[in-house]
Amino acid sequence: MATVTFDKATRIYPGTDKPAVDALDLAIEDGEFLVLVGPSGCGKSTSLRMLAGLEEVDGGAIRIGDRDVTHMPPKDRDIAMVFQNYALYPHMTVADNMGFALKIAGVSKDEIRRRVGDAAKLLDLTEYLDRKPKALSGGQRQRVAMGRAIVREPQVFLMDEPLSNLDAKLRVSTRTQIASLQRRLGITTVYVTHDQVEAMTMGDRVAVLNAGLLQQVDSPLGLYDKPSNVFVAGFIGSPAMNIATFDVKDGRATLGNADVAIPASIAAKVAEEGSDTVVLGFRPESLTPASSEETGGIPVLVDVVEELGSDAYVYGRPAGPAAEEQADRLRSDQIIARVEPRNAPQKGEKINFTVRQGSEHFFSVKTGERLEP
Amino acid sequence: MELRILAAPREQQALLDLPWDMPLEQWPEWYLVALPRGISRHVVRFTRLGGNVYALKEIVKPFADREYQMLRDLARLDVPAVQAVGVVSGREAPGGEPLDSVLVTRHLQFSLPYRALFARMMRRDTVDRLIDALVVLIARLHLTGFYWGDCSLSNTLFRRDAGAFAAYLVDAETGELHNSLSAGQRAHDLDTARTNIAGEMMDLLAAGQLDETVDPIAVSDQVVERYEALWTELTEWEAFDVNERWRIARRVDRLNELGFDVDELDIVTDIGGRTIRVQPKVVDPGHHSRRLLRLTGIDAQENQARRLLNDLDTYAAVTDQQGEDEEIVANAWVMDGYEPVLRAIPRELRGKLEGPEIFHEVLEHRWYLSENLGRDVGLQEAARDYVENVLRHKPDELAILGGTSAEADTTQPFRITWNDLQ
Repeated sequence: MATVTFDKATRIYPGTDKPAVDALDLAIEDGEFLVLVGPSGCGKSTSLRMLAGLEEVDGGAIRIGDRDVTHMPPKDRDIAMVFQNYALYPHMTVADNMGFALKIAGVSKDEIRRRVGDAAKLLDLTEYLDRKPKALSGGQRQRVAMGRAIVREPQVFLMDEPLSNLDAKLRVSTRTQIASLQRRLGITTVYVTHDQVEAMTMGDRVAVLNAGLLQQVDSPLGLYDKPSNVFVAGFIGSPAMNIATFDVKDGRATLGNADVAIPASIAAKVAEEGSDTVVLGFRPESLTPASSEETGGIPVLVDVVEELGSDAYVYGRPAGPAAEEQADRLRSDQIIARVEPRNAPQKGEKINFTVRQGSEHFFSVKTGERLEP
Repeated sequence: MELRILAAPREQQALLDLPWDMPLEQWPEWYLVALPRGISRHVVRFTRLGGNVYALKEIVKPFADREYQMLRDLARLDVPAVQAVGVVSGREAPGGEPLDSVLVTRHLQFSLPYRALFARMMRRDTVDRLIDALVVLIARLHLTGFYWGDCSLSNTLFRRDAGAFAAYLVDAETGELHNSLSAGQRAHDLDTARTNIAGEMMDLLAAGQLDETVDPIAVSDQVVERYEALWTELTEWEAFDVNERWRIARRVDRLNELGFDVDELDIVTDIGGRTIRVQPKVVDPGHHSRRLLRLTGIDAQENQARRLLNDLDTYAAVTDQQGEDEEIVANAWVMDGYEPVLRAIPRELRGKLEGPEIFHEVLEHRWYLSENLGRDVGLQEAARDYVENVLRHKPDELAILGGTSAEADTTQPFRITWNDLQ
């Protein structure tokens, strides 16, 4: 087991100017489950492959524990790519299916037996070791395939979108299995996905990448509660955060007739950067329908209502007299609000929402960075 | 969702008649052809439509689309791979539950999965030849910038090639096309190949289908060694003294011998002009098969082509036409030698082997027969004897058939369907 360190690691593909991964600094702790997430082309897979030794590193260094592996061939790095090939061999026993790669690596018979035995115990496969794969259930077979990676006792597991070829239902159950197994094993794991829900449910910490740059690395809740810039704010969370550019005037942020009070410190920071606008973000659960006597708020025309039983979401667009300007300044496609289930508004209704005070997120219009009150 | 069949019009028609509203695993037997296949993690079935055999693989839609595109790209790059026919998506069971997409590829005629080869013969030299064919395929793929990701015997099909084999890529699911590959990507591909091949051999051994003298680990190590040797020959800089310029020609000859044409050669002389350094820049596989195709119009594998070209040379010498224009001699050889032999094969035996392979075997047979009889046996006589005593007793290899889908375990030795997990 070991730490993994990306130290200003950079990858520039031949014939391109812009790095695919740009000076990535990331310290992954021993035993940690770290998820790399971001939209396609953000550099997450390239980062993983640099660690695996499949991509060259053009600048900086990568270390596993204290070993500099930057230019080491893949097989000397003591890593295992999990789930790459999980076909099992029909005529070999479960034990042989798990241990055969060790035989190729020249590991002694006793050592193979010990490692296979340990892995089988972890995976609840001990009583099946002498059987053929055919006698196993689908789930057991899948665990045998995992066992193949586990017996190598690598310092780091690497997983590149391992669930992408499963249907939605299986993806959910398999992701729970992988996460709980990783916790039992305690082996440092780097996991790549484009799916932010997968990232949030699996990772101890999640590193968000965009356009080759690390945006933020934090616990799932940390990312959700304090996104460090507009990109992370929009990427993390499902349904997504509502984000729009508001005018700042007299201690309030306004957009047409939408009106939100802001802390004095935020107004001061906006003034400091010589700006009179601010990017304001609020999550669907931060919106509450205003009572009729309340002023300000954000008028919304309901387009779609999603009733999930435990929750309900309203998807709508700005209504009110300044609707056009509001829609222009909205960074997301629509306004999303969580409402009381079983009592949700109807499509076509107009509702005035207010933002729960203290739950707003502020970002600089100039840099996109988070502004802390 | 509506059923969508993305394919060429002719094949679309045929594909329409299949029961797409059923999971592939439940298709009734009359739709299916039982072909042995390698170890797969998906449900794979074969079906016959309008005289062609198709392979069907059930897989989630993004993967089906991706692999379809990848196989099309590989075809454009002239890589030996199975031909993608189409993707069927938007499938639904009668109850409305969605079913995974199906990737359709055309079954490669006269191709043999390694398990079919081992079911009949398992000699050491067969193993060596399979490995050689696979190594050439990997090197070709790497030269084109293709990272396989899951190289194995199961993901390869073999065709006979004048006593040896030519390998074809069957599964591009994990593949990626790059401008060129890094050393790490190549090394990882080989490492995967090594592990998979050793596993597949160990499995054959456990099944009693492999000669006990074959050591799976030694065989898999051989893959790496042979690949490295071939890769060096294909790509390495070579330095020598200016007086040894003949070594340039020798490098080209060696590459030709390995079956590669050199389209571009990078030659650098140092400042003093004493040392020359040479590196092949663009190498193109299929040296002999291209030459044979140009001269005779016969489409053959590399070793078959080499064999036929040798016979063509002998023909030119024997008929005293060595000074003649090459194409004229080639034409005469086709009329006098090649075609009469193939015409001598009864129609019902033509599905046994491909034409060039039959001609190669007749040449071999002629040699043995002449030695036994102590006189030179003519091509026609050799062909007649070959048909009666050899070809007639060979299995039909146009499409290896055997077993039924009722015996899926023997015909499709093993599969994990992820659907089992529910």
